[in-house]
Amino acid sequence: MNTTAKASKAEVIKDASMLKQKEMMAKHYERLANAEANGEKVVSTFVPGNLNELLMCFDLVNNLPEVNAIQSGLRRQSGAYVMEAEKSGHSEDVCTYVKSDIGMMAKGNIGPNGKKLPNPDVLMLSYTGCFTFMKWFELLREQYKCETIFLQTPYMADGRITPNMIQYMVKQFKEDVIPKLEAVSGVKFDIDRLREYLRKSAQAEEDLVYILQSSKRRPSPIDAYFGGIYYIGPIFGAFRGTDDAIDYYRFLRQEVDQRIAAGLGPVTPDGQMGEEKYRLVVEGPPNYTNFRQFWKMFYEEGAVVVASSYTKVGGTYDFGFRHDPDRPLESLAEYCLGVYTNRSLPMRIEMLVNYINEYEADGLLINSIKSCNSFSAGQLLIMREVEKRTGKPAAFIETDLVDPRYFSAANVKNRLESYFQMVEQKRGGAGKGVAA
Amino acid sequence: MSTPQTSEIVARCQALYEDLNFTAAREWKEAEPGRKVIGFMPIYIPREIIHAAGMLPLGILGGGDQLEVIHGDAYYQSYICRIPRSTIELGVSGRLDFVDGMLFPSICDVIRNLSGMWKVMFPGVYSKYFDVPQNYEDEVGGRFYVNEMAEFRRDLEEMAGRKITDDDLRRSIGLYNRNRRLIRELYALRARTPWKAPAAEVYLVVRAGLVLPVEEHSALLEQYIAAAEAEDRPIRDNCRIVLTGMFCEQPPLNLIKSLELAGCYIVDDDLLLVTRWLIDDVPLDGDPLHNLSQAFLHQSESTAAKYEPDQEEKGKFLVRAVKRTGAEGVIFAAPSFCDPALLDRPMLQNVLTRANIPFIAFKYAENSGQMQPIREQAGTFADSIKLWSAA
Ligand code: SF4
Ligand code: SF4
Repeated sequence: MNTTAKASKAEVIKDASMLKQKEMMAKHYERLANAEANGEKVVSTFVPGNLNELLMCFDLVNNLPEVNAIQSGLRRQSGAYVMEAEKSGHSEDVCTYVKSDIGMMAKGNIGPNGKKLPNPDVLMLSYTGCFTFMKWFELLREQYKCETIFLQTPYMADGRITPNMIQYMVKQFKEDVIPKLEAVSGVKFDIDRLREYLRKSAQAEEDLVYILQSSKRRPSPIDAYFGGIYYIGPIFGAFRGTDDAIDYYRFLRQEVDQRIAAGLGPVTPDGQMGEEKYRLVVEGPPNYTNFRQFWKMFYEEGAVVVASSYTKVGGTYDFGFRHDPDRPLESLAEYCLGVYTNRSLPMRIEMLVNYINEYEADGLLINSIKSCNSFSAGQLLIMREVEKRTGKPAAFIETDLVDPRYFSAANVKNRLESYFQMVEQKRGGAGKGVAA
Repeated sequence: MSTPQTSEIVARCQALYEDLNFTAAREWKEAEPGRKVIGFMPIYIPREIIHAAGMLPLGILGGGDQLEVIHGDAYYQSYICRIPRSTIELGVSGRLDFVDGMLFPSICDVIRNLSGMWKVMFPGVYSKYFDVPQNYEDEVGGRFYVNEMAEFRRDLEEMAGRKITDDDLRRSIGLYNRNRRLIRELYALRARTPWKAPAAEVYLVVRAGLVLPVEEHSALLEQYIAAAEAEDRPIRDNCRIVLTGMFCEQPPLNLIKSLELAGCYIVDDDLLLVTRWLIDDVPLDGDPLHNLSQAFLHQSESTAAKYEPDQEEKGKFLVRAVKRTGAEGVIFAAPSFCDPALLDRPMLQNVLTRANIPFIAFKYAENSGQMQPIREQAGTFADSIKLWSAA
């Protein structure tokens, strides 16, 4: 069966699941654009600590400014937005997601479908894993002057979730978040409705984990970073807890199974990937302004990413967490607590070491993002430790998420090329094959 | 006993400030067997609990402009502020080898991540990320915070090998109340008569409190206040400004001096916030952890590291500081790459614009050497304020 389709204009090859995902996203952006006309209320919130199931209980439409910034990056509009924000007094030193969002707002808030995004009725400030979130929504609140609901996720500094953390979060849900969502939406909270959504989430999460772990095979049927970003889209965004997400992940799983059966590697924008030469674990978000060019530097060299931390920012399902309908609020709390950016640095190191071992990777690549202190502060130590503990080479590149000024193609390419050489040398020197 | 001159007191504080080996804290530790020192970074921790355990809370504020950073830069990309790298330098160069524990308050993701780096790099040292509530409801954030403090208290009890009783805590709270009162008095003195208490001196005198035992520091504050009030110093034709954004990475001392030399009396600031985070006395009767928690929730400073739940209140603290101290303008000085200060700044500036309060902004690093541009900018600002008030 042909699982690829051609989008003739740009000659970009996408597999069927990617097309399906694109359709879902397009439908969601249409829903957002028509929200006011359809009498739907809109909530803006974040990917880490996204409470989609809870928000759906109040018939709210989920708008994710981070995802909007990514879309602006992919469409090469973010550069102008960032500059616009800097012109209006935002520092060149802070996260470009925020500035892309603020610049986009200043220029009419036009979404990826060319239609105006709605003003949010409520800001759900789910303060999880990133300090910038807090200030970002304070900035938006200043503009929109709408209800802003704050939920604090304590940081998992000691590598464990304590009862105090769960109690604190559940109390915030009960005494603050839910009553305010009721007031904004006019919908009474129904915990059984929440349970039902959580049950659906768990179902899709099962399939997502299967897909993300399929890269343990050789060749890996997926790219768990560049491709992975497409795969996580629905479940990290507005679809977790829906039938659409269940369908999408089932479909994707079948597609991956077919590739496994056929012994195929990932599909890249230039078609089927050639021989798998290098297996990498990647830490850090990607660059979006030159996303395809960046990806190409990998697949051209036969490098496939078999595991990444970025695909865990919206949940670490591969460690066994599932949304649990029997403990609805506790489970939402555990979800928020467990996302990658809320994990301590030693936990992150351990996770990357385990990925290298379990996915039989050749080494670690860190894409350090200028914008993002949450990810970036400490990455050089992460690199050293992972190298030390695995004996596998690591490399460090620096780019930005959505600010094109910080993507230097030549530098990145050079770094990658010498990294691949290093991997080769290590293999030669060790006198053994790829496997750990 | 004769009261020492301000210059003597300041000289002592300056020596403490310049001593990157923390000799005073080392000597305190060595004076009695079993003593322990707990380091902490900005922005706030309840030092009372450490004191009540018989330990010395020691403020660690990076390396300033005198420390040569040799190793620290290898741990951080160029686009991350300076304080974590110079703090790592202090650690790897052995300057903190006498420190038994390190606390990393919840201020930003850089210090948050540094807490984990410390665990990896110094596995023998107790290291704790000190989380605080951003929800200010008694039963929600308050309860969380009491439990967090209780856990910290248990950790210290284990290290100290003894219980920390409620009475121990009350005694420490009393001592810190006194210390905070004196610092408020010093700030009030400076706001009233800034020529009598130059900002660089006030900074050094307050900063000494991050190294000295609180009892000793309170005595020092009393002496300085008495000496400053008694001394005659020339009044300059300066304008009065509030300085904001310096709550974490420290400005070079020269920067503070430069601002005053350029014609700006600093009548309020957000330097060394830990020393006056709690803006009123913490009650001594009742449950001490509950009292500390209540003070944190309802009687604490506003700053960029905190969430402001009320849009109407956003940035108002700055307007109030200007009114309270009779300031004529605000200087935003933020460390380069500082998320809290720089993300907050546009919102604060909007509030000032609406309140018709003039401001300027610049960035610095703890090791900034070149003061000329800052001096010029501040000088022009001072001139424009004078023109403006004359008009
Ligand atoms: S700082 Fe990092 S985690 Fe936070 S919003 Fe920016 S990119 Fe996302
Ligand atoms: S200077 Fe700012 S960004 Fe750097 S550690 Fe301090 S608060 Fe964080």
